[in-house]
Amino acid sequence: MPIWIYILASVIKSALALFILLTAVAYTVWLERKVVGHMQNRWGPTRVGPFGLLQPAADGIKFLFKEDLTPPHVYKPLYIAAPLIAVIFALTSIAVIPFGNSFTFGPFTLPHFLPFHWADAVIGPYSIPFQVTDVNIGLLLILGITSIGVYGVALAGWSSNNKYSLLGGLRASAQMVSYEISLGLSLVGVLIMAGSFSLREIVDAQGGHFLGFIPRWNVFPQFIGFFCYLMAAYAETNRIPFDLPEAETELVAGYHTEYSAMKFAMFFMAEYANMITVACLATLLFFGGWHGPVFGPSILQAVLPIFWFAAKVFVFLFIYIWVRGTLPRFRYDQLMAFGWKFLLPLSLVNLIGTAIAVAW
Amino acid sequence: MLRFGISEYRVLSTNFMLSVHLILFLAFGTVAVAGAINLLAQTHPINSALSLIAVMAALAGEYLLLGAEFVAAVQVIVYAGAIMVLFVFTIMLLNAGVEERTKGSRVAVLIGIPGMLLGSILVACVVLQHSGTEAVAVGALPGSPKTIGPLLFHEFLLPFEITSILILIAIMGAVVLASKPPTSPAGSLARKGN
Repeated sequence: MPIWIYILASVIKSALALFILLTAVAYTVWLERKVVGHMQNRWGPTRVGPFGLLQPAADGIKFLFKEDLTPPHVYKPLYIAAPLIAVIFALTSIAVIPFGNSFTFGPFTLPHFLPFHWADAVIGPYSIPFQVTDVNIGLLLILGITSIGVYGVALAGWSSNNKYSLLGGLRASAQMVSYEISLGLSLVGVLIMAGSFSLREIVDAQGGHFLGFIPRWNVFPQFIGFFCYLMAAYAETNRIPFDLPEAETELVAGYHTEYSAMKFAMFFMAEYANMITVACLATLLFFGGWHGPVFGPSILQAVLPIFWFAAKVFVFLFIYIWVRGTLPRFRYDQLMAFGWKFLLPLSLVNLIGTAIAVAW
Repeated sequence: MLRFGISEYRVLSTNFMLSVHLILFLAFGTVAVAGAINLLAQTHPINSALSLIAVMAALAGEYLLLGAEFVAAVQVIVYAGAIMVLFVFTIMLLNAGVEERTKGSRVAVLIGIPGMLLGSILVACVVLQHSGTEAVAVGALPGSPKTIGPLLFHEFLLPFEITSILILIAIMGAVVLASKPPTSPAGSLARKGN
């Protein structure tokens, strides 16, 4: 593959992944409003477009045109940088997530009228993976990116110079540092079983079946790890029942109290992008990624793996929303006790058990 | 070196990769040095802490380019992502204000800076004389998790365990220091000033 095709493919893949992610973020917001609405016996958005489907677009326009207030007492450089940090790092992790196997591009012949050696040149066949880039430390990269994302929340809380924001920022950083340990440990079991940090290799290790009919997904041997991962990931994304950093009954809106218009929307986007990353990781690490029944003509065979991946991610997003519609919020001491006294020992036990089982 | 998908990696010409590596190496190095200078120049602790994060992130980039991708990832996760969060957390909690500017000590100007220059020149001379090899080529070292794992848990197991015990002792020391009965009134942590 010549360099320019490689670069072109990378640029197209990056743009496409970002576009899909942002669309998914917008429609996860719509889905949440709709599902929570129905759970609470109301309709959710219905006015803009059929089933309120254009509501995300209307909201986006609203955020762009709202007055962007900067309170006079904030520390301006960090006040502006904080939402950028949050959203940039939330959107970056999509770069290493594989959506499917790979597709073959070409071969086809360029038209005759092109200048120089491009005329009649044959391009392809190239095998292009459904992934922006496959690095061999993919999982570590995602963990690193999410651990940097804490600064967005923490700095927003501090730079706003407001006691509610500061408390929210402090809570967020303490909570994320605490649950990051359980999150990392809960994934080590999967890593031991797959023997690789590459998300693609972890998914490839989950092909096939146990006993001929149960899919060889990591969730069956690693159900404790999966439970720990899900709990810790909910806490990492500051979602109900762990949304202490923005608990509106105590802290107004927590770390984003002083933010308005697009700056607020950036925090909003970061939260939902993180949700999608968590759902993608749960699918890849525990539910076999794009593995699923593949049948039919060749077009269907190419599309079905991506469909399975998207369907599994959708299920996890739905569970996120379902939990939000069901559970009340923890108290802060309960949150810390749950993280340190229950989740951390449990994930350690799971890690040791997996290590013994694999070594045996 | 950072391994891309097999299908992608083989296609890139070596010269192109090396020049890109070199440019990135210089860029990360510039960021690291600029961040370190900014760390000293800033008067507000939170700005200094953020500069330190930039330095660490840039160092992680350098490790990545040298081929130590596991060390790079750990650098980001542990230093930039956990330890520096606690630094920032402490600064936020204590609401540390802007430091005072001093004119600098005369000892530093007269002895410290020339001494440091002399020392670094000496070290550079010794290193340049005694290292018979060329500078390490960018991206030439093996540093994948698969090579680091056996090194850490077989060959260097004892130093590894001793380090972890050392850290455990440090944690216990911190707990002992922090659990002293408070001598000052409990309100000393409240936000001062604004």
